[in-house]
Amino acid sequence: MVLRRLLMVATMTAALGSVVRSAPPPNEPVIAVTAKKWEFAPSRIVLHRGIPAVIELRSLDHKHGFAVPDLGIRVDVTPEKVTRVRVVPTKVGAFPAHCDVFCGEGHEDMTAEVVVVP
Amino acid sequence: MPFQADRRDILRLMGVGGVVFASGLAGAAGKKKSGNDSDFFFLQLSDTHWGYSGGANPEADVTLKQVVETVNGVSARPDFIVFTGDLTHTTDDGAVRRKRMAEFKQIVSKLEIKTLHLMPGEHDASLDAGLAFKESFGPTHYSFDHKGVHFVALDNVSDPAGAVGDKQIDWLSADLKKVRRDGPIVVLTHRPLFDLYPQWDWATKDGAKVMDVLLPHKHVTVFYGHIHQEHHHQTEHIAHHAARSLVFPLPAPGSVPKKAPLPWNPAAPFSGLGYRQIDVEGYDGDTRLTELPVVKVPA
Repeated sequence: MVLRRLLMVATMTAALGSVVRSAPPPNEPVIAVTAKKWEFAPSRIVLHRGIPAVIELRSLDHKHGFAVPDLGIRVDVTPEKVTRVRVVPTKVGAFPAHCDVFCGEGHEDMTAEVVVVP
Repeated sequence: MPFQADRRDILRLMGVGGVVFASGLAGAAGKKKSGNDSDFFFLQLSDTHWGYSGGANPEADVTLKQVVETVNGVSARPDFIVFTGDLTHTTDDGAVRRKRMAEFKQIVSKLEIKTLHLMPGEHDASLDAGLAFKESFGPTHYSFDHKGVHFVALDNVSDPAGAVGDKQIDWLSADLKKVRRDGPIVVLTHRPLFDLYPQWDWATKDGAKVMDVLLPHKHVTVFYGHIHQEHHHQTEHIAHHAARSLVFPLPAPGSVPKKAPLPWNPAAPFSGLGYRQIDVEGYDGDTRLTELPVVKVPA
């Protein structure tokens, strides 16, 4: 199991490039995303393959999650702080994103899409 | 043998052909050991979502009651029934949540099988950390023994992030220390303990840690719900079996862009819904699964 987890991490790292949560480096595009019951805005996030970008997430009500399993992204999104995810996508495609912290009656509909273009 | 006759009885009533899946709980699938005093069967019901109202099941207010009537209508009596979560449909209103739980309790109290093992789903427990569930039904995780099989109910929903948590995993480790490494173990839970399809949140955040605790045991079978469809998966020697729902079916993992209930078919009401009979044969715990449909009970 430990080996499998290590392989999974290695695979995701290879697909994504890198994910960090810190202040964005200068000159990298920042995409601001808000989360609230039960939507992300914008619900379609466009990235460019090989171009570093920072997704900057903030909740407008209470705790949510932001998960893009195909890109190895998974963070909590809270009202108290801005959560930054730096991504360098290496594969083109449309990848589903969702809130993975159960947040109420409309939780199942709290989805988004990350689109990586060439 | 009366047990066998009763079993045919329940299958006839359900209108199904027979056993559809055999699982080697003790690593001995296919070995016939019927007729032992330790033979027994139980039912797995899941995802009743009491309180749901919508087009995916316009008869949601009677589906569970139909199943209660069906189960009461056959002479074969399971030793007990497990409900693997989402007993009620979620609501942001705590008072409505408690009302739904009370209504659920009242409906299942009509079951003539009095031993019920209930556990929460995220719809029951994720908005209040399991508070209303505990008030209504008791603990959200526990274990019990039945005829030589050790059962463990794990809570992977009271944490809204869908994790079991280190404290409960420590409890599980301590609990399993009481069980022989080659003794049969059944794990009951709501979410899959493996990454079935994380894109639809069909996983448990720390499921791998739970599996690390279970894997040293030779004969473990997991029964769960959450995904509203029959599904079978193997992690090394551990089998995982998802049950159908009693409210609406969901699509196969990743088969459509967006997860949504499959539409109600007026020509075939309750299609895609169902529950499960689990026969455990002999002390070493071979299991045979029979998937049972929901049938309309004449008024």
